[in-house]
Amino acid sequence: MDRKQCCVKLSVQPSRGLMDEKFIVLVQNALPGSQLTIRALHQCEDGHSWEAFGHYTADTTGTIDVSEDPSIRGTYSGVEQMGLLWSLRPIPGSKPGLRMRKKNIQTPMEVTISVYQGHQTEGFADLVPLSGVVVERWYMAPGVRRIPVTEGGLTATLFLPSGPGPFPGLLDLWGGGGQLVEYRAALLASHGFASMAIDYLTSKFTMETGKMVDNQYFETAYRVLQQHPQVCGSKIAMIGLSFGTSMTLKMAIYSEVIKLSAAVCISGSHVQPVEGSVEEIMGFFQKNAGKTRFNEKNEAIWRDLLLPIPTDPSLKADVGRLQCPLLLVVGEDDQNWPAQESALDIKEMMARAGNSHLLTVLSYPNAGHLIEPPYTPHARSSTFKTVEIQEKVMCLWGGQTVEHSRAQEDAWKKILVFLRENLYGGRNPTSFSHL
Amino acid sequence: MSVLRCFSFSRGALWCVTRPHLQECTPTSRRLLSAMTQVVPPILSVTPCRALVDEKFKVLVENLPPGCPVTVRSLHHSEDKDDWEAYGHYVSDHSGVVSVSEDLSYGGTYTGKEPMGLLWSMRPVPGSRPGLRLRKMNVCTPMLVTISVHSGHEGFRDQAPLASVLTERWYMAPGIRRININEQGVQGTLFIPPGPGPFPGLLDMWGGGGGLLESRAALLASHGYVSLALDYLGFDQESENLEFKYFETAFNIIKDHPQVMPDRVGIFGLSLGSLVAVTLAAYSTIVKPCCIVCISCNHYYPARGSTVTSKFEGVTRQLSKARVNEDNQVIWKDVALEFITDPSNIAEVGRINCPTLLVNGCDDQNWPTVETAEDVARLMREAGKEHLLSRLAYPDTGHLIEPPFSPHFRATTFVMRSSKEKVILLWGGQTKPHSDAQEDSWRKILSFLQFHLYCGPNLKAKI
Repeated sequence: MDRKQCCVKLSVQPSRGLMDEKFIVLVQNALPGSQLTIRALHQCEDGHSWEAFGHYTADTTGTIDVSEDPSIRGTYSGVEQMGLLWSLRPIPGSKPGLRMRKKNIQTPMEVTISVYQGHQTEGFADLVPLSGVVVERWYMAPGVRRIPVTEGGLTATLFLPSGPGPFPGLLDLWGGGGQLVEYRAALLASHGFASMAIDYLTSKFTMETGKMVDNQYFETAYRVLQQHPQVCGSKIAMIGLSFGTSMTLKMAIYSEVIKLSAAVCISGSHVQPVEGSVEEIMGFFQKNAGKTRFNEKNEAIWRDLLLPIPTDPSLKADVGRLQCPLLLVVGEDDQNWPAQESALDIKEMMARAGNSHLLTVLSYPNAGHLIEPPYTPHARSSTFKTVEIQEKVMCLWGGQTVEHSRAQEDAWKKILVFLRENLYGGRNPTSFSHL
Repeated sequence: MSVLRCFSFSRGALWCVTRPHLQECTPTSRRLLSAMTQVVPPILSVTPCRALVDEKFKVLVENLPPGCPVTVRSLHHSEDKDDWEAYGHYVSDHSGVVSVSEDLSYGGTYTGKEPMGLLWSMRPVPGSRPGLRLRKMNVCTPMLVTISVHSGHEGFRDQAPLASVLTERWYMAPGIRRININEQGVQGTLFIPPGPGPFPGLLDMWGGGGGLLESRAALLASHGYVSLALDYLGFDQESENLEFKYFETAFNIIKDHPQVMPDRVGIFGLSLGSLVAVTLAAYSTIVKPCCIVCISCNHYYPARGSTVTSKFEGVTRQLSKARVNEDNQVIWKDVALEFITDPSNIAEVGRINCPTLLVNGCDDQNWPTVETAEDVARLMREAGKEHLLSRLAYPDTGHLIEPPFSPHFRATTFVMRSSKEKVILLWGGQTKPHSDAQEDSWRKILSFLQFHLYCGPNLKAKI
């Protein structure tokens, strides 16, 4: 029963979508009951190839609808509309410790989706598919403007939504790896927020002087955003992941200049020397580097560096003083930061201070540290270099792929709703229903 | 201090949005204005923001005050540098939402519940040159449409929009290859879908306006057909017994392509292009199309042996007698009707041996396509070929039946090939029924092609 089928039709709708949009993968005109493999292939900017696949059986009309039919096995199983993206992993034989991150967000991520006869698990490169299509996934919606920012010594990029504005603003911070990471800010701008991605660890200033930036750097970023004629100066929020959380909480609570309408903290902690500079906070973590553990695969676990959560108030950002809504996103299997323990302590501190009505915690079992926009492939571990440690380490982030991917999808929706409510004046948003 | 524009909604002015003239802002005043701008505007979204031209979108406005009158408008700056627009007047519901897919437009270039009205009801903005037609010549880039929301209904254009988004409408799906064809004397553009194939093929031809229009072929490739957009007017050379040589060569270029299934090549023609389709299907001994689609069918074939181009030039010379209406628009239909009443001037469509789909508009003012379709049906019936024929005839629909959501053109400028004279040709049709016809016919054409070129009887026999 292995006679080659012809005229099997494969379609993906939409063929050009935003990174957080769902698509429908449809196979038609197959032989009823035939076994087929649907596979996704992507070559990332570093040149590495990533693949995902599912095994399906065509129904009596010769159709497979990935959004409704179960994958029997593969890199994902069950009914998984977006499994072909979130379960992408490096093809066999690839270098270990890879993580997929797009640097150039002005071009789309291109994924080739193909359907093969039979239930294939390997050797796809040597097989001829029955059909194949190319799908584009974009971080930037049409009309979103990308504006490099160097004013005031900043190393940043501003993404403006299309239209006259004014738009609420967003400061976007990543973690200890540094660099100017633009993709989340680009995607947030595609949802109507004027978003500025900021490099605060490896900025031009730091690379040239060897000195870390001070608190004023963030305040400058805030001012530049606030003063932009297309930004609504009284509606600015901050979003940070990992070490970016530390900066976000610091600014939200202690800055005289920065007045946030909302803050989103992903996979981070409030543990930090209060009133410490960026350098001092980094130093505080480094001091505890001895608490690093290694698992049986020699992957570094850094979550203990900040444990136990101190009782000394000078070592924790005083969340009781927060005056804006705070959304915490926590992966319960975070092996890199003690996000869950920190969230519990934050909750207690805010309850004692009487401002816990500002707090929302999203806590995901079996999700790891890198809670990224939806359908980003999960990296349980990857090679990592912080700005403090000069050599690359294999870092354990944590998380189980299925639960982690669900967490990314759920958290993103809730982050968008949270930002919409607090920055746009929240009515029940309908426009996220397709995500 | 720069001038502030302040406008409020005409009902329950709870909202006041200030918008500075950006060019007049000094850095100081800009800071002041930014600080003053306390309220954020409505949220406009178009989903999907990038789509094929025949795909639907959802336009949604949120965060408006309840019961607020707004106008949703589309604007497109064409390759010819004209501006095209459409707009609908709406009122937000109690939750401050306007959904173009769900709500009624109370007026504008379209009324009623019309999810795609912002595209199909587009027409040149007031003050444009007359007789314009919208055609995308470069199909490698998308058609860019700006969708915006404005305060109020009357005079909505007097103020800056409250919000706007850009949406892309593509003729080419990702991964499609576009290849210039200039071989064996044939001129055209070949579009090949992504994937290994093999694919069915289509020979695609437009009408007597000439030139090379790639839009439909690119779109057909996006639906899985290797499609050749053929430039033929003026290229087919006079040659006894070789009247079809140009077209047969073109057909074989498709058929012989390594990624094409040789027994699954069809022909798709509009207007004069449909004449090529029926005559190839009826007379050619070299090529056997698997099926043919004829939009606004023409079967006027006065003399065998001469080329399609020369026939067309002959026809247009005779059409100089055509009636001109009070708007100075030229109507060819009535004169052409006289031509086709003589049976010796008609292609012998009874000789067609493949499935044939005829699509025409009942208000076609350019060619007597209603009578033509009737005639074709009669001749095929008499030849025992009725089972091969399908017909779609649409009321109040004109001659130029294009892919869905293309604007309707009731009359446009046309350059006469021989004399180079510019006239305004009346194509016919009323915008709403014509647009409905475009949407309905495209779906049915795709289904017809899918059935005959993808699913065909051969495949079923193998099972």
